[in-house]
Amino acid sequence: MKQRITNAFAKAKAEGRGAFVAYLTMGFPSLAASEQAVDDIIAGGADIVEFGVPFSDPFADGGVIRSAAYEALKQGVTLDDIIALAKRLRAKHPETGFVLFSYYNLIFSKGLENFADAVADAGIDAVLSVDLPLEERDELLSVLAPRGVSYVPLIAPNTPIERVKESEAGLENSFLYVITVKGTTGARTELPSDLTSRLDAIRAVAHLPVAAGFGISTKAQADEVSRHADGFIVGSALVKCLAEGKKPCLG
Amino acid sequence: MKTHYGIYGGQYVAETLMAPLKELESAYEAAKNDPAFTREFNDILRDYVGRESPLTYAKRLSEHLGGARIVLKREDLNHTGAHKVNNTIGQALLARRMGKKRLIAETGAGMHGVATATVAALFGMPCTVYMGAIDVDRQAPNVERMKMLGATVKAVSEGSATLKDAMNEALRDWVANCDDTFYVIGTVAGPAPYPEMVRDFQSVIGVEARRQCLEKYGKLPDEAIACVGGGSNAMGLFAGFMDDTSVKLVGVEAGGKGIASGEHAASINGGRLGVLHGAKTMLLETPDGNILDTYSVSAGLDYPGVGPEHCHLHDIGRAEYAVITDDEAIAAFDALCRFEGIIPALESSHALAEAIKRAPKLGKDKILLVNLSGRGDKDMENVMRYKKAREAASNV
Repeated sequence: MKQRITNAFAKAKAEGRGAFVAYLTMGFPSLAASEQAVDDIIAGGADIVEFGVPFSDPFADGGVIRSAAYEALKQGVTLDDIIALAKRLRAKHPETGFVLFSYYNLIFSKGLENFADAVADAGIDAVLSVDLPLEERDELLSVLAPRGVSYVPLIAPNTPIERVKESEAGLENSFLYVITVKGTTGARTELPSDLTSRLDAIRAVAHLPVAAGFGISTKAQADEVSRHADGFIVGSALVKCLAEGKKPCLG
Repeated sequence: MKTHYGIYGGQYVAETLMAPLKELESAYEAAKNDPAFTREFNDILRDYVGRESPLTYAKRLSEHLGGARIVLKREDLNHTGAHKVNNTIGQALLARRMGKKRLIAETGAGMHGVATATVAALFGMPCTVYMGAIDVDRQAPNVERMKMLGATVKAVSEGSATLKDAMNEALRDWVANCDDTFYVIGTVAGPAPYPEMVRDFQSVIGVEARRQCLEKYGKLPDEAIACVGGGSNAMGLFAGFMDDTSVKLVGVEAGGKGIASGEHAASINGGRLGVLHGAKTMLLETPDGNILDTYSVSAGLDYPGVGPEHCHLHDIGRAEYAVITDDEAIAAFDALCRFEGIIPALESSHALAEAIKRAPKLGKDKILLVNLSGRGDKDMENVMRYKKAREAASNV
């Protein structure tokens, strides 16, 4: 089994930097544009790409990603389209880590076995579901694991350290997605002052690499976070570039 | 604490909400077992809401139908005009006990928003109510009521701009402000412990109705009938009769223009299993898992999901779930106005319509208990608009 996510973090570490995890709402502004955007962002240094799946009720997202999702849905973009897109991109980018990032109803509605077969076939390395906490994730993990697909747990600012350990238990070829702030996705001018100590505390117990996300939009923020984490995640800032007709890049 | 009902329910939420949900669970568990909490809750229900609400025999309507006796549980007579206030009082008491400083709520028709704004005023807490922009337009009087009571009403114009989108926005507020903010959910949906907690606060309906029925008629009702959007008034009624297996429990979903038309809000009868707003439940969704816009003449039933416990009661056969169309609900609305001098909410008119269907087929010794969950003042304009449109259509 390919360990692309593990390898991506190892490579970044060897190069003395944090791994760059890029989130894009797929299908925005179009599927063809998303394909180009993934090529661009990988050329621009992304080690891992998160394939954001648009959902009708994006209750965990800020304005930028919501608008992109509604726009993609208007064009009829579905989970199946995005898995197919990932499969095409996998042929071009054999080493980049691919994460499918979705609300759970889209996954559940496809049928868990069907979903797991499809993501494994597409060469997707791991799945992340925003509304599938530790308590509820077993039914999904039990179909992903036999197919060699991993899962990315979210760690919130109020997640107890004990729970961090439970969240990563049994997972390989993945990372901990540490949410920097209480709230929705989206750029913030300032990251919380206790973020670095929080990241240090999580890293002290974690066996998986630790990446921080939510609110990171600039190279300076990414560098700052990378001093205390194995990687950083940028989403809204990249989607905003696409909304403005630009190539996705850090500010 | 119980988080699932059979395969339904659970806590499908963002990780940031897991800590607040656990905090809520343990606070509710402690409150439930604290006699002082229950005493204060009951005192407010008596002195402020005006409980207990009466049981009214709909004599002329029943005689006209010529079958079973229809008996109404009069939640329409509560302060604020609906059952919703039972729950908001319970949750506001809990919020105060937990030291939360601010209340937020979602609302569809506006009744839960009004009930939340009311208790926020009563307890001196700031309150923000999220409401779909379309609902803000079609329920303007309730928007004014909320503002009058001191609440901030935020119109949500994205997505389908209705109840589900209001709930999405309330969840976003809660994620960002969970340290000091209490999210008052208006129905038996959402993540655990909300379905159980809301049912418990609403169970006063069923507990009272059971006792009143025994006192008045010397027996239990044969059927207990209530409308189901999210399903809080129905769960409240059913809770009083859960162990009385002789009492048939009947939930009534909003059939809109008929299930076949696709324009309805009947999640149990016309939906499939999915996950939304924190719970695994029956949902109205597209084949690829996006949530559908729902339709009903009654804004309060216009929700694409349903409380998880209802789905479970349906599966195990403890309750049955009927469907009533707009036309049938409006006819029942008219009938109650004319025969009994009571203007019911359009939501409750669905339950009443089901009773009107059933009564003629049953003997005069049978009792159909209907939860008249709210009053219809808020619906006057809707009903008139509906009738005008129907008239225009029939003249074409």
